[in-house]
Amino acid sequence: MSGQGQRLTVVPTVTMLGVMKARLVGATRGHALLKKKSDALTVQFRQILKKIVSTKESMGEIMRASSFALTEAKYAAGDNIKHIVLESVRSASLRVRSRQENVAGVKLPKFEHFTDSAAADSKSPSDLTGLARGGQQVQACRIAHIKAIEVLVELASLQTSFLTLDEAIKTTNRRVNALENVIKPRLENTINYIKGELDELEREDFFRLKKIQGYKKREIERQMVAAKQYAEEKLAGEVSLQKGISMNAAHNLLVAGAEKDEDIIF
Amino acid sequence: MYGLEALTFNIHGGYLEAIVRGYRSGLLTAADYNNLCQCETLEDIKMHLSATEYGPYLQNEPSPLHTTTIVEKCTLKLVDEYKHMLCQATEPLSTFLEYITYGHMIDNVVLIVTGTLHERDVQELLEKCHPLGMFDSIATLAVAQNMRELYRLVLVDTPLAPYFSECITSEDLDDMNIEIMRNTLYKAYLEDFYRFCKKLGGATAEIMCDLLAFEADRRAVNITINSIGTELTRDDRRKLYSSFGLLYPYGHEEIAVCEDFDQVRGVLEKYPPYQSIFSKLSYGESQILDKAFYEEEVKRLCLAFEQQFHYGVFFAYMRLREQEIRNLMWISECVAQNQKSRVHDSVVFIF
Repeated sequence: MSGQGQRLTVVPTVTMLGVMKARLVGATRGHALLKKKSDALTVQFRQILKKIVSTKESMGEIMRASSFALTEAKYAAGDNIKHIVLESVRSASLRVRSRQENVAGVKLPKFEHFTDSAAADSKSPSDLTGLARGGQQVQACRIAHIKAIEVLVELASLQTSFLTLDEAIKTTNRRVNALENVIKPRLENTINYIKGELDELEREDFFRLKKIQGYKKREIERQMVAAKQYAEEKLAGEVSLQKGISMNAAHNLLVAGAEKDEDIIF
Repeated sequence: MYGLEALTFNIHGGYLEAIVRGYRSGLLTAADYNNLCQCETLEDIKMHLSATEYGPYLQNEPSPLHTTTIVEKCTLKLVDEYKHMLCQATEPLSTFLEYITYGHMIDNVVLIVTGTLHERDVQELLEKCHPLGMFDSIATLAVAQNMRELYRLVLVDTPLAPYFSECITSEDLDDMNIEIMRNTLYKAYLEDFYRFCKKLGGATAEIMCDLLAFEADRRAVNITINSIGTELTRDDRRKLYSSFGLLYPYGHEEIAVCEDFDQVRGVLEKYPPYQSIFSKLSYGESQILDKAFYEEEVKRLCLAFEQQFHYGVFFAYMRLREQEIRNLMWISECVAQNQKSRVHDSVVFIF
């Protein structure tokens, strides 16, 4: 029994069997739940993967457009426009905020961008950048780069969720597999072992009972035999009494005879 | 057309004019541009440029070449040539040459002032300045804590001082939008340059005033177009227009009230020289206006070389070189970013 796999070291009793059975039921239910969770996570995972692929594809295009917009701005407004814009920035107007989203009990970090209105207001003077030349290109460049940032933020959000989800799926699958391949067999083994032990005990009991029963039977038989003998004797006594010879006297006779004569058996 | 100055021009200006005309023949030609546009990598561009005058400046560049390096080296060549000419020049040519760089100087001053207001490192700011606009006391600009001090301590000693005192009172300095300040200064500079050229007289005045008028008109148009949709008021807008040029004064009145691109176009189509520019653009198309203006400017600058005995060639040469650097920047960016279909969009052939 213990050669088939691991089992818990328990005292094979009926109580333990009950406990073990309860644990097996728990493990089975847990397994089913975790399996469901893992499936849900995988579905989510696939969706995110699909989104990542499409976002990455669009990112290539958008990044190219935005860097080309920078080139156009540089061409129209001169090479120094980069520094002019950089130096006139006070604080970032486009910010990233992170929050958590719950998917099947896994907390996924989500990033979203928003425009800081205070910073955007203080930034409005830069709308006049390149007033004399290239102002439109600078604005176009700005819009293109804002779009690029949006895509990047989205991609970052997706990638982080992807990693977190990946980790969660791995953990869940590990748990599922552990329940399926280790815990449940072990419990089953233990239950089988306990059952086996109990059966053994039962058989032993049965055998013992059988033995006792046999003994009792023999005893009864013997008693029956004794009783029969007694009854016969009694009958004989009564008969002899009727005949006028006391059983005892006859007996005595017999005994006396027996004592006297070796050849006479009865 | 030729005044008496043609008799004596060569005494002082002959050597430098010869030099600048020599430099001019070193400008990239249409064939060069065609070759450059065929390039697949920045290395190819470097190889093509090594056959031109840029060769010595690029030959020692280590292999992972960047667009910025190319532009930097090409600018360096321009700066070297400018410095050489400035060393050789006598009055009034040296003043004229200095005038050419005031535009960059204004940009640098504004850049450093902006940076100082935002508490950036001066040394870092200095590296970002255009090399043509450097002057001795530029590093001290950052010393000033507020605008009034800046003017009193530093700007007074620079060539830009008159422009500051002329158009910006110290009260203005504190709360003025930095872009408006830049454009006000530039306006003052253009007007001063215009007066200076008028004073020089002769062919110089004739050609330079024409070029500067075009520059002033272009600025007026650009300011108008770029300020559409911003909070710049009409009066403020008109204050930024230079007080000369073809559009001055009636055109300015009309252009100042324009609210969209087509109105600007309507105003400018009344002026024959600009009609040709706008006739190339279809309605509502403001994006390629820059290129159209650049092309017109290059045409006018090239015409300046058709006459002799005047200083306009120096101005024209500097501007053409700058346009050439812009072209190179555009080509190398297109090549570097794999946007070869757009290469021809913004390259302005000089010859």
